[in-house]
Amino acid sequence: MTYASDVAALARKDLLLELRAKETLPSMLLFVIAALTIFHFALPTGTSDVAARGLLWAALIFTALLGLTRAFVAEREQSMFDALILTPVDRSAIWLGKAIAVFAFLVAAEVVALPAFAAFFHGLDGRTVAAVVLADIGICTVGTLFGAMAVAGRARELLLPLLFLPMAIPIVVGGVGGFLWFLVLYDAIFALLSWAAFEYVVSEV
Amino acid sequence: MRIHLTLPVLAAACTGLFGLAIGLALFYAPEDADQGLSQRIFYFHVPLALTAYACFGWGAWKALKYLRTRDERADLESYVAIHQGVIFGALTLLTGSIWARVSWGVWWSWGEDELVLFLVLFLFYCAYFMLRFSVDAGPARANMSAVYALFGVVLIPVSFLAIRLSKQFIHPVVFKLDGPQMTGSQFFTFCVCLAAMLTLFATLYAIELAGKRLDRSLRELKELLTA
Amino acid sequence: MTQSEKYTAAAYLVVFLGVLVYVVIIGSKLQRLQREVEQLVALVKEKRTDG
Repeated sequence: MTYASDVAALARKDLLLELRAKETLPSMLLFVIAALTIFHFALPTGTSDVAARGLLWAALIFTALLGLTRAFVAEREQSMFDALILTPVDRSAIWLGKAIAVFAFLVAAEVVALPAFAAFFHGLDGRTVAAVVLADIGICTVGTLFGAMAVAGRARELLLPLLFLPMAIPIVVGGVGGFLWFLVLYDAIFALLSWAAFEYVVSEV
Repeated sequence: MRIHLTLPVLAAACTGLFGLAIGLALFYAPEDADQGLSQRIFYFHVPLALTAYACFGWGAWKALKYLRTRDERADLESYVAIHQGVIFGALTLLTGSIWARVSWGVWWSWGEDELVLFLVLFLFYCAYFMLRFSVDAGPARANMSAVYALFGVVLIPVSFLAIRLSKQFIHPVVFKLDGPQMTGSQFFTFCVCLAAMLTLFATLYAIELAGKRLDRSLRELKELLTA
Repeated sequence: MTQSEKYTAAAYLVVFLGVLVYVVIIGSKLQRLQREVEQLVALVKEKRTDG
């Protein structure tokens, strides 16, 4: 089995599980719409466009956290981690497969969230959409790694936001400011680091 | 062990340097034309910040060593270094805040790059401790801590860049900390203070490490005796 | 004291107190370790008289 087919198989497994369970994606969708609604009430009239745009990013980050928190819980609860590690796949393939699956969920949620944002607040330009896609890559690569860490401990759902949010700050800056080159830089650096480091995170669980 | 010889020497050097540093900072260095007396805070604030970076860097170095050698001692050293880093970081934030208060009348300035960076790092490395408390001791915890420490040190420049960029859409910089356009005597004072802070880190690091190792040895001894 | 002097002193004080707090924590840890060592010494003596 090649690396690519391993990754594809793992990603497909997660997507199929979600298709059957229908837990994570609906929650993410509901959450992002609810968050955007709350933000509408949180913003006084006359708030600038930039402020509203900023809140889009806040909503996306927290929605992503929701998805990420769920990402490894299934493995943990059913002790699948040990089984996964015993299979002859490269450990980093587990990470990549999972990251791709979470990316898919996040994009699916955004397919609804972005038009909703455009309707609730104001239109979106191509640059913002590109930024969202780039940011998703960063969120999913780093978030999957940290998700695996968080799930190994006792605090789980509490721990992942704490670990992840400081890392998300540069993503938000890149997104709100539309600094696409910066997002590409962030993605490149941290995806590489996550890919290399995942092996250590799951080697003894 | 090396620690027995090094620690008193380190502590003595630290004391000496600190005495010299405080003396220089308060009495020798010339008064700043713009900011007056409060500029002297800078002699502690910036060395604290630089020392904190050194702590996190050292912690990341030891983390890398742990991942390569799986030597438990490297994990402990990494943990202690990062612990020190958080302490120095907290002191950086406190002194920075006091400086902001006396210079500009506000307790916090988002326009001050270094302070914002330290806030982000402080959040990040506090989460490091949450991670350690959440996982039981063992190779898993050591692995994860090491990986997280490495992420932290890479985050430092990335965050700094992000904060710089963010100023383009957040309030323009109104307040600015003075860079080192320092006179010779000011620079000398600054260097002494920096040396003092770094030595303080080294001393506290050695002390904390010795204490934790002692703890561990005692626990081992207890197990051996009650077995 | 002027405002400036007060705040400068406060900054230096913060650093000083920070280090002192650290010393206090180390001191209490040292006490605990000492107690544990005494316990272990007693344990060893016990074993000697038993065995």
